Amino acid sequence: MEFKPRIIAFLCNWCSYTGADLAGTSRMEYKSNVRTVRVMCSGRIEPTFVLEAFIKGADGVLVCGCHPGDCHYQEGNYRCLRRFLLLQKYIVQMGIETERLKLEWISASEGKQFAELVNSFTETITELGPCKIKDAMKIST
Amino acid sequence: MEGSKPKLKLAVYWASACGGCCVSVLDVHEKLFDVIAAADLVFWPIALDIKYEDVVKMPDSQIDVTLFNGAVRNSENEHMAKLLRKKSRILVAYGSCSHLGGIPGLANFSTKEEIFRRVYQESESTINPENIKPLPEYEAKEGILNIPVFYNDVCSLSQVVDVDYFIPGCPPQTERLLEVFVAIVSGAELTSEGSVIGAEAKAQCEECIRKKTENKRIKKFYRPWEINDDGVTCFMEQGVLCMGPSTRAGCGYRCIKGNAPCRGCYGPASGVNDPGAKMMSAIASIIDEKEPEDISRVLEDIVDPAGLFYRFSLPASLIRRKLL
Ligand code: SF4
Ligand code: SF4
Ligand code: FES
Repeated sequence: MEFKPRIIAFLCNWCSYTGADLAGTSRMEYKSNVRTVRVMCSGRIEPTFVLEAFIKGADGVLVCGCHPGDCHYQEGNYRCLRRFLLLQKYIVQMGIETERLKLEWISASEGKQFAELVNSFTETITELGPCKIKDAMKIST
Repeated sequence: MEGSKPKLKLAVYWASACGGCCVSVLDVHEKLFDVIAAADLVFWPIALDIKYEDVVKMPDSQIDVTLFNGAVRNSENEHMAKLLRKKSRILVAYGSCSHLGGIPGLANFSTKEEIFRRVYQESESTINPENIKPLPEYEAKEGILNIPVFYNDVCSLSQVVDVDYFIPGCPPQTERLLEVFVAIVSGAELTSEGSVIGAEAKAQCEECIRKKTENKRIKKFYRPWEINDDGVTCFMEQGVLCMGPSTRAGCGYRCIKGNAPCRGCYGPASGVNDPGAKMMSAIASIIDEKEPEDISRVLEDIVDPAGLFYRFSLPASLIRRKLL
C-alpha cells in the first residue's frame, strides 16, 4: 500500500497561517497530507504539542512562525527557535530522525513558499517512511 | 485502649528497586515503635522472613496498606504487583521507581537484547566464550528450574495494576511517610493532589530558598563541578541545569540544601504533563541568544538532554522508551 505521510503543521496566526491561507485562496497546488493547527504565535507551541503529535501517529511535524524580527509578540519566534533546536536534540536521542521535525519562517505574503515547503517536506517524510514511535509506545514484554 | 481497635496490617515490598526505599522506611528509627504499636507488619522481605506463599494464603484485601517500591521489569515483579493488588485494600506506589519507573526505567533507552549482549558478552568484567545466557526455564537432572522472565520494557506500577496513591521520591523523605502513616492510622482524610500523597502540588522552585530574579539570561551552561557555586543564587541563574521548574516540591529541596541541583526525583509537579517538555520550555526561555548557531552552541553544553530530563521518569513520560 502506498505510504501517505501524516503531517501536523503548527502555524502562527499572524504570518504563517495567513501565508498558508494565501496559498489556498491563490489555488496553489500542494500536497494534502498536512493537518494544520493554528496557534496565536509560534512561541505558544509547547514541546508537549510536538511530542504528543509524534506519539499519536504523526510522521512529521512542521512548525512555522513569522520571520525573525516580525513576531507579533516580539520574541515569540526566538523562543520557538530555541525550543525547536533543543527538541531536535532530544527526539534524535529517542530514535526519531531530526528531519521529521522542521521549522520554517513563513510570512503572510509567502503563500508560494508555504506550498513549496509542504511539498518538499512531504517528500522528505515519504522517503523516510512511517514514524514508528507510536507503536514503540506499546508496552512490550 | 489496648485491643479496642484492630491493628492495621501493613506490607512493604520491593520489586525492581535498589533497596533505598526499604531503607527509607527503616529510617523512621525509633518511631518504628510507634508504627508497630499501631500496625502489624505482615510482609516485608528486607526485614521479615515471610514467604510469597504466605501472602498467597492471605484472604483478599487482608492487608490494609501495601507500600510497593520498585519498578516492574520482570515477570516476578508483575506477579507480585498483581498478587499484592489483590491482597491489599490500599496499594501505594512508593518511591520514584514504582511511581514513574525510576532509575531502572532508564533501561527503556535500550532493548532486552542490547542489555543481555552488554551484560553477558561485552562488559569488561565478563568472560563468557560459550555465550551462556540465563534462561527462564532450564531442565536440570532434578527437575525444571525457573527464574523470572526479563521484560523488554520497564513499567511503573500503575502501568501494570491499579494504584490508589503515589508517594514520590528517590527515596521518599521519611518524614513525609510518617505524616502519611499518622494520617492513615488516625483515619484522617489523606491530603492528595491527584493521587499523589506526601508531597506538594507546586514546583520545587516555589519552595526553594535560593535567590532568583525574573531575568535569567544564560549564554553558557555548566556541569555542577565546572563552577564555583556561590551557595545562594538559583542554580539555573548560574547556568547549572536544575530540574526545579518541572519537579514536584515536597522533599524540602534537600539536594539544593546540599548545594546540588535538583535531579527531579519527585516527578512532575501538578500541571506538568511531561518533565522534559517543561524543562525544554524553561531552558528555551533563559538562553540569551537569537541566532541558530549561537543557540546551538549553548545547547551543546546540555550533553544528554533525555537522560537529564527523564532520569527518574522515562517509562511514565510521553515518549516512554527509545525507538530502536
Ligand atoms: S531552578 Fe533549582 S535552584 Fe533555581 S529556584 Fe528552582 S529549584 Fe531552586
Ligand atoms: S531536590 Fe530534587 S532530586 Fe533532590 S530529593 Fe528533592 S526532588 Fe529529588
Ligand atoms: S506571531 Fe508569528 S511567530 Fe509570533
